[in-house]
Amino acid sequence: MGRRLALILIGIVVLLAIAGVAAAWHPAIQPVAPPPPSSFDKKLVARGEFLARVGDCLTCHTAEGGRAFAGGLPLATPFGTIYGSNITPDPETGIGAWSEAAFRRAMRDGIDRGGRDLYPVFPYEHFAKLADEDVAALYAYMMTREPVRRATPPNQLPFPYDVRPLLAGWKLLFLDRRPVAHDASRSDEWNRGAYLTEALAHCGACHTPRNRLGAEEAASRHFAGGEAEGWWAPPLDASSPAPMPWSERTMVDYLRSWEPLHGGAAGPMAEVVDNLAHGVPEADIQAIATYVAPFMPPDSPDRAERTQAIAARTEPPGAPQPAGAVVYAGACAVCHESGGAVPYTVRSLAQHTTMVAPDPRNLLHVVLDGTHPPEGASGPIMPSFRDMLTEQQVADLVVYLRARFSDAPPWTDAPAIVHRLYSGRSGS
Amino acid sequence: MITLTVNGRVHRVDADPRTPLLYVLRGDLALNGAKFGCGLGQCGACTVVVDGKAVFSCLTPISVLEGRAVTTVEGLGTADDPGPLQRAFIAEQAAQCGYCIAGMVMRAHALLLKSPSPSETEIREQFAANLCRCGTHMRILAAVRRAAAEGRQASR
Repeated sequence: MGRRLALILIGIVVLLAIAGVAAAWHPAIQPVAPPPPSSFDKKLVARGEFLARVGDCLTCHTAEGGRAFAGGLPLATPFGTIYGSNITPDPETGIGAWSEAAFRRAMRDGIDRGGRDLYPVFPYEHFAKLADEDVAALYAYMMTREPVRRATPPNQLPFPYDVRPLLAGWKLLFLDRRPVAHDASRSDEWNRGAYLTEALAHCGACHTPRNRLGAEEAASRHFAGGEAEGWWAPPLDASSPAPMPWSERTMVDYLRSWEPLHGGAAGPMAEVVDNLAHGVPEADIQAIATYVAPFMPPDSPDRAERTQAIAARTEPPGAPQPAGAVVYAGACAVCHESGGAVPYTVRSLAQHTTMVAPDPRNLLHVVLDGTHPPEGASGPIMPSFRDMLTEQQVADLVVYLRARFSDAPPWTDAPAIVHRLYSGRSGS
Repeated sequence: MITLTVNGRVHRVDADPRTPLLYVLRGDLALNGAKFGCGLGQCGACTVVVDGKAVFSCLTPISVLEGRAVTTVEGLGTADDPGPLQRAFIAEQAAQCGYCIAGMVMRAHALLLKSPSPSETEIREQFAANLCRCGTHMRILAAVRRAAAEGRQASR
């Protein structure tokens, strides 16, 4: 009896394994000769370029200092490092041999031409919602880019994350292919914004928290805050701690370049803004803001008063923080206490959402590395202070800034984070 | 009283600890190489070297300099006896009005300490923070290349 039961159980396990393998096995799609760029309709390519700008493909698929779309950018995830792939139309190292069907399968199902499952750091759960004609336009755009021969470095993922077929299970749980729902009770502009945001711009990929398996948390946690490339991505929903209110207008201005209440984007978001600045009409940025801004908390006079009171302070309440105060007065105040007179500064650092972040990473990135606009563009220019200040002086400054420019509790993990980021890179 | 070590000499300076280094160099120590260009860390005319790294002296409060080594252009040589980097700048006639040049020399000094054989890209990226209004950039770049080459020669 026991032996029979054991055989039945083994049989079930074997069947499950076969079913699992079957679900995880995808056929290769035959390679094609790279379609000549002239074979694509120019209007379709132009539409593809617009979509690629909103979708921010360039940022993850281009290495620092590398050729456009040629891959090689390391993306650190909790599961290991994954390299952005070469999506130029090079037939051997890029996607030149991919048919439109192969491209479509990658965008919608996260499967490459050879049949391998792709890691969802490529946000195909968003691109799965793209309309067919938009996938076609993106294909036309990508296949008309300059081919670059550059092999993508192998990912650095420990077992079992390097077992790609397991991703089939991930997709069963988390890949929702349903298109973005049209809401007839909302304006055309809102619906357009919803489509652009959810199917393409994938804001939630950074601004939504992820569960233990690396998938965006659903529904009520949508836009509840997340992170990207070592930066905190603030919540865009009712839990936003922003000291200054957001509106459609301020969001459009921020996404276009810079905004006097909140300042400008830094870090990975600055690349998003740079992409949007090239060939994305204002009407589409307005549509995105029309969709996203209502997630934010409504403006409250209490919050405005609180922020004003904090901004009016000339020192932190409570303990004086002399070490940080002296650094701020000598190194920072000349620009940041100019009342907004220095271009691209806000009137008070108390306005910056960075000051109320759960950890000091964003503030440290900006203090240690400074900011500068992309070549040829206008924007905030802040020097790097990594070489001027010792690690202890940076820690003192950051503690002071938090205490003076916010009412949030002190960062408990500041010394460890300062240490990690300070020794991360050396300046000049 | 703050103790500053500048060009190897120890100075005791009676100034508010918040005072940026630039004003102490010029007002208290008569080291007038570093210049005030903008006071905002945007032009580089004030550039000096601290612990081997280039910094804007207009934004460096002296409070952060206890126990650290400051080097200014005066520490690299004198008008009568210029050092190798200064000789390279002179040979290439890299200065026109001279306002940016002390900052440029110190930026070059920091670069060559870190990277004795810098590529053209490295040099240009390093110098992005220093502005020159007279337009002698090409000569400044030539001076840096020259100093790097001569440095390699000297170490053979």
